[in-house]
Amino acid sequence: MTDLSKIRNFSIIAHIDHGKSTLADRLIQHTGGLTEREMSEQVLDNMDIEKERGITIKAQTVRLNYTAKDGETYELSLMDTPGHVDFAYEVSRSLAACEGALLVVDAAQGVEAQTLANVYQSIEHDHEILPVINKIDLPAAEPDMVKQEIEDIIGLPADDAVLASAKAGIGIEDILEQIVQKIPAPGGDRDAPLKAMLVDSWYDPYLGVVILVRVIDGVLKKGLNIKFMQQGSQHLVDRVGCMRPKIEHLPELGPGEIGFITAQIKEVSQTAVGDTITTVKGGAAEPLEGFKEVQSVVFCGLFPVDAADFEKLRESIGKLRLNDASFTFEMETSAALGQGFRCGFLGLLHLEIIQERLSREYDLDLITTAPSVVYRMLLNDGSEQFLHNPADMPDIMKIAQIDEPWIKATIYCPDDYLGAILKLCQDRRGIQVDLTYVGGRAQLTYELPLNEVVFDFYDRLKSISRGYASFDYEQIGLREGNLVKMNIMVNSEPVDALSMIVHRDAAEARGRHMCERLKDLIPRHLFKIPVQAAIGGKIIARETIAAMRKDVTAKCYGGDISRKKKLLDKQKKGKKKMREYGNVSIPQEAFIAALRMGDEG
Amino acid sequence: MNPSLALYIHWPFCVSKCPYCDFNSHVRGQVDQRVWLDALLADMRHEAALTQGRTLGSIFFGGGTPSLMPPATVEALIAQAEKLWGFEDNIEITLEANPSSVEAARFADLAKAGVNRVSLGLQALDNDALEFLGRAHDVDEGLAALGTAQQHFGRVTFDLIYARPDQRAKEWEAELARALSFGTTHLSLYQLTIEPGTRFATLVRQGKFTPADDDEAADLYALTQDMTLAAGLPAYEISNHAAPGQESAHNLAYWRYQDYAGIGPGAHGRRRTKATQRHKKPENFLSAITRNGNGLAHEDTLDSRTQAMEALLMGLRLREGIDIDAMAGRFGLTSQQMIDWDAFTKLRDIGLIEYRKPQLTVTPNGMPLLDAILPEVVNL
Repeated sequence: MTDLSKIRNFSIIAHIDHGKSTLADRLIQHTGGLTEREMSEQVLDNMDIEKERGITIKAQTVRLNYTAKDGETYELSLMDTPGHVDFAYEVSRSLAACEGALLVVDAAQGVEAQTLANVYQSIEHDHEILPVINKIDLPAAEPDMVKQEIEDIIGLPADDAVLASAKAGIGIEDILEQIVQKIPAPGGDRDAPLKAMLVDSWYDPYLGVVILVRVIDGVLKKGLNIKFMQQGSQHLVDRVGCMRPKIEHLPELGPGEIGFITAQIKEVSQTAVGDTITTVKGGAAEPLEGFKEVQSVVFCGLFPVDAADFEKLRESIGKLRLNDASFTFEMETSAALGQGFRCGFLGLLHLEIIQERLSREYDLDLITTAPSVVYRMLLNDGSEQFLHNPADMPDIMKIAQIDEPWIKATIYCPDDYLGAILKLCQDRRGIQVDLTYVGGRAQLTYELPLNEVVFDFYDRLKSISRGYASFDYEQIGLREGNLVKMNIMVNSEPVDALSMIVHRDAAEARGRHMCERLKDLIPRHLFKIPVQAAIGGKIIARETIAAMRKDVTAKCYGGDISRKKKLLDKQKKGKKKMREYGNVSIPQEAFIAALRMGDEG
Repeated sequence: MNPSLALYIHWPFCVSKCPYCDFNSHVRGQVDQRVWLDALLADMRHEAALTQGRTLGSIFFGGGTPSLMPPATVEALIAQAEKLWGFEDNIEITLEANPSSVEAARFADLAKAGVNRVSLGLQALDNDALEFLGRAHDVDEGLAALGTAQQHFGRVTFDLIYARPDQRAKEWEAELARALSFGTTHLSLYQLTIEPGTRFATLVRQGKFTPADDDEAADLYALTQDMTLAAGLPAYEISNHAAPGQESAHNLAYWRYQDYAGIGPGAHGRRRTKATQRHKKPENFLSAITRNGNGLAHEDTLDSRTQAMEALLMGLRLREGIDIDAMAGRFGLTSQQMIDWDAFTKLRDIGLIEYRKPQLTVTPNGMPLLDAILPEVVNL
């Protein structure tokens, strides 16, 4: 067991590219966690996607033993936290497991907007924040200016900020010293009933489900019968350990310690982030605060481009789900796209990550239908129904009211972009709640309907603020909306995969846009094709794809038959790749491109 | 009685290559006439031996530029063809000719050699257009050649290429009206097509010119149908127009999917179930003749479905269409195996195709859309 006073738990806050992973690697190396040879670049971000995008999806942790200048050996736990709003809840749980944070700021670039939101989250958790000015060996480094920025913009004293270069190994010792001296040791009572927070979990092919925990009170040991207080399930602990970052088995985890356990659990879905782990016998009376049920907020259909790949898709989704319980899926059949799955995600980034992993790790070509949020339908008969898929919308005559989820969004941005961002929020039916200035930056609070956000809000925000705006949101419940289902009809037949739920005021513009797009995307046929957007029986937008007028081989004699035959074979193969809708063959690309839209720009 | 046979003779040489042409044509400084005559005669003997008992209904000298052949060569080939197969009474012997003064000077001899129909590559009645098309003659020279041809041959037809870049309806209307005034009983009117591998394909890719768009071309096509019909030369095939009875018997043999022997470089033939193709490159053709006594590069057996498919591709180009039951019988198939009747019904309802027993026909409105109609209705 480690004396509580010798434990330090901390996370690292940094803007992308400001050197978080390099610094983490360096800390591990300096404390002897890995030899030079064992260091693959960026040890903590395991997945290819994490490395490429520079984002962390799964919380990672590493325990370091550091002998400080006072002669004592300290046990440091570095927690690498996810860094995107889609994973805001996971972030909050990771932060709740720490007592402090390193704030890493690039000496040349200064404080970036995105960092602010994370700093404030950290401050909310009462963390001791240690500024680290990184990359001071760059010619463009201006440490004094950056210190000033940290004080002005964030409001943290920066006199003691460590000047470091993770790459060159400068200042590493100072950082470790400050961690020991300034970050408070955790509290906790070894003799109290066990209370440990389930921080994260993942599936390991050799160990089964591995659970990352932070012990608050009591002791976690091998052979202990434990209970997940929220889930209600019971398990037998069969391994206890920590990551260094290699796995090291330990006899126990005491209060204040971060480590992992395994408990013969087969599926990640049996573990809930934020759950409280206690003992079956003599367990804690109350669970830890702050637990939230993970709920999918964005849904979309995933269909294989090649219908023959359906089974492969089913298998692949099943495998992914083993390691990511936060997405849900069920079978869906679309007349346009065939068989696929309706999947639920924490947010758009989460959606993209899953989609990308399916295509990358499982080699699948996918069509993704327009993302949708979950609506509540209050029906005339007094019943209510939650709608995940616009295609399942009940008859409009039966609906008394439709409620849509709203969020409270917090946006930090430099002044210069405020105007454009206000307009964006306004265009998306936002209601301004608050606008304050922190240093030279604005903090904007808006209430927004989630369905206006899921399309491309985040991308638009990033693009109009050149990446400077940060965005964070929390759900604030359902509100009645003037919402309608818009059908897209091609040659008078509704195309299920293209139907969507929109606000009545936005319906016409979106319908028109969709019709225009489809007009360009659907090739001309032998007959003219009306493309219509309709609400109920009312057509709100219409375009017509003119009939094809000429497609003929002018000259065809004896010698030309072979060529013509090849052309015909090719045409017939091409037709097989199209989806037939009201006699109209719609190429796959048309679905993909039409669904990607949402940029009304 | 055996059905008659059509004979195609390919002469692969041209003085220069036209920028739109993707036919098997080659420019050679020297052509050894003796060697080529012997080679074609040998190739002909090979085909004749395999088609014993058939008589010829037509011969077609195509190219290349067959009007560059010495009339004696043409005469020798016709004479041997008659000896090998025998001719039907009203045999049609066509030769493609360039409308230049040099070639016109040979028309009398070619007529004496047995040619009774010429097809003149006039291509345009506008000097700028002729230059664009890379033709050596101008309008006056072309029309003089047409006059000479009409003196010497019982039947004369000529080709025009329209739907040229930026060609307006008014301009084409005037050009076509003039073309119809010369009193020929047959016309081939082709819309300009940019074929892969041609000079035009390169120019289009380089952005040097833009081909007419399909809508404009469709307008010109409709105008062409109206004018030729009014002039008594209705379309009997997509690009071919004739006074009744003046259709090209040789080309009808292709479109009606009858047998044709094809000799000379690159020539295709259909001999019952066999599809034949000669070596395309003149030198390879000659060495095949030396080696094997014939110029064959491929001879493949077509199964009945493939034959039926070819018959549909060709037959539906004709205004007369096809006798679907007779054709199904010929290939041992049912009409359901050949035609998707559901698709047929959809297209019939929008006026693109019709079935008046026994003929299945693409309507005049459907003709310019044939390439889009075929994949819908052909079930094979």
